[in-house]
Amino acid sequence: MSSHGGQPEEGSQAKAEAKPETQKPVEIPPLEKGIIEKITERFGDKIKFVYAKPKRIRFNVKTEDVMDFAKFLHDEVGFDQPISVAGVDYPKENIIEVVYHIGCCTKPEYTSSVFAFALRLPRDNPKTPTLIPVYRGVEYHEREAFEMLGVIFEGHPRLEKLLLPEDWADIPPLRKDFNIKGR
Amino acid sequence: MGLPPSMQVEESEEGRILTISVGPQHPGSGHFRLVVKVDGDIIVGADPDPGYVHRGEEKMCEYRNYIQNIPHLERPMIADSCGILYPFCLGVEDIANIPVPERAKYIRVILAELNRCIFELYWLGIYGIFLGHSTMFMWPMGDRELLIDLAEAATGARVTHAYFVPGGVRNDLPENFKERAIRQLDYFKHRLDQYKDIFYNNPLFLDRTKGVGVLSAQDAINLGVTGPVLRASGVKHDIRKIEPYDVYDQLDFEAYSMNSGDSYARAYIPLLEMYESINIIKQCLEKMPSGSVRTKLGPNPRGAAGESFKRVEAGRGELAYYLVSDGTPKPYRVKLSVPSFRQIPAMPHLLKGAKLADMPAIYWSLNYWPVEADR
Repeated sequence: MSSHGGQPEEGSQAKAEAKPETQKPVEIPPLEKGIIEKITERFGDKIKFVYAKPKRIRFNVKTEDVMDFAKFLHDEVGFDQPISVAGVDYPKENIIEVVYHIGCCTKPEYTSSVFAFALRLPRDNPKTPTLIPVYRGVEYHEREAFEMLGVIFEGHPRLEKLLLPEDWADIPPLRKDFNIKGR
Repeated sequence: MGLPPSMQVEESEEGRILTISVGPQHPGSGHFRLVVKVDGDIIVGADPDPGYVHRGEEKMCEYRNYIQNIPHLERPMIADSCGILYPFCLGVEDIANIPVPERAKYIRVILAELNRCIFELYWLGIYGIFLGHSTMFMWPMGDRELLIDLAEAATGARVTHAYFVPGGVRNDLPENFKERAIRQLDYFKHRLDQYKDIFYNNPLFLDRTKGVGVLSAQDAINLGVTGPVLRASGVKHDIRKIEPYDVYDQLDFEAYSMNSGDSYARAYIPLLEMYESINIIKQCLEKMPSGSVRTKLGPNPRGAAGESFKRVEAGRGELAYYLVSDGTPKPYRVKLSVPSFRQIPAMPHLLKGAKLADMPAIYWSLNYWPVEADR
């Protein structure tokens, strides 16, 4: 686990450049546009819009806002079903991303959409509050991200090994600097 | 914050609580441990302990290119191998902008539905033996072979087909497939009617499942469960309907849901879905155009840097792949969001307060496959 400076914000700039579709959102469909406007109205520039494709939206959120953001998304916008929590390691930018994918079961107009929001955490100290109080179902997903990428979810009731052996002594295996032997 | 309420154990009198470790030896479907705390025969706490069959699928994906990833990605769920591969192919097509011929879309739907039946029969057989109904173990296992024969005729392999590829399917259907499929599906439908009589209307089965392990709609959404488990709680959420992929929007079918939310509803919905699968396959066989079944790809297909999140309705529920590409032929990150993993939080939630004897009826109705959950 190396740490050579690098702030989360610089990292997100670099990532935006790497993705051509994030720079010019050609035309955002009306449904997605409505959701985006609702959210930007409430959070302004605290959060960063990444992309909107048909039925897929993504925002980047800061650690200190994530709880409010999740509550707003759950209660006001109506995305209520936790689908997946994925950790992605970007050693070049010194970032670990935690991407929450949230679906919707109750509002018929949003059921086909998946809302993603990501936290970009510094790689040497990835810490973020757990979202169990808002999305009860992320409990095991967060435990998996903890053991596979070493992300600390503050306030999580059981941050312990889930899929890996209890005596796993190496670095978290889904970090890019963990290599499979012989490959 | 302490343990979630479903896991908290209220200590009553000293020494009354007994801890039982169920598993990890094969409790029916793969290696999985459930640590159950009982007070008399009432479960006061259950702690699922997966991970005995973790294979590191997601890490393996980062070392192989998109095409090489196909065979190993279906290993976590060989009973529904088309279902688990489907969203991966959709995701790669999204990232690399690969068109899919119309005929291939129909063939994919046929095989996906065939696999749904093959999977649900397997599930039903084990549910039968979990509840001590050995006829219901033998019948689905036997009838499953007929459908496997059909899938084998199309793909060349019994269970691990590796049939779906980005850009279509590996090969076209054999010449007499339509006639053979219709004959076998008609017989299968007749068998499903018999299942209803011998199993679903059996008073013992009704006693053991009706009103057992009731999951409310609100809890089902909040816990993130999916598929038949979610629909049994009255939430109409079927990816084939709400976000149709391939040709599902051109087909006429029903996505069933029930309101009782108990083990009976969770077991009955798969039966209804098998009837519906027969209907879907027959429609596809009629509507299927002729033409090519696979877009020719160059070696090492790749797309621009970016990400894709594609989901399908597999036999157990919503199965999604989060693919991150950095522009190279190998995926940068592959995250499988599998239905079995999503059902885990429902287990302690439903088992707490249930009788120990109801544990098999609740556990297996959740459609939980340890091998798929561990990946």
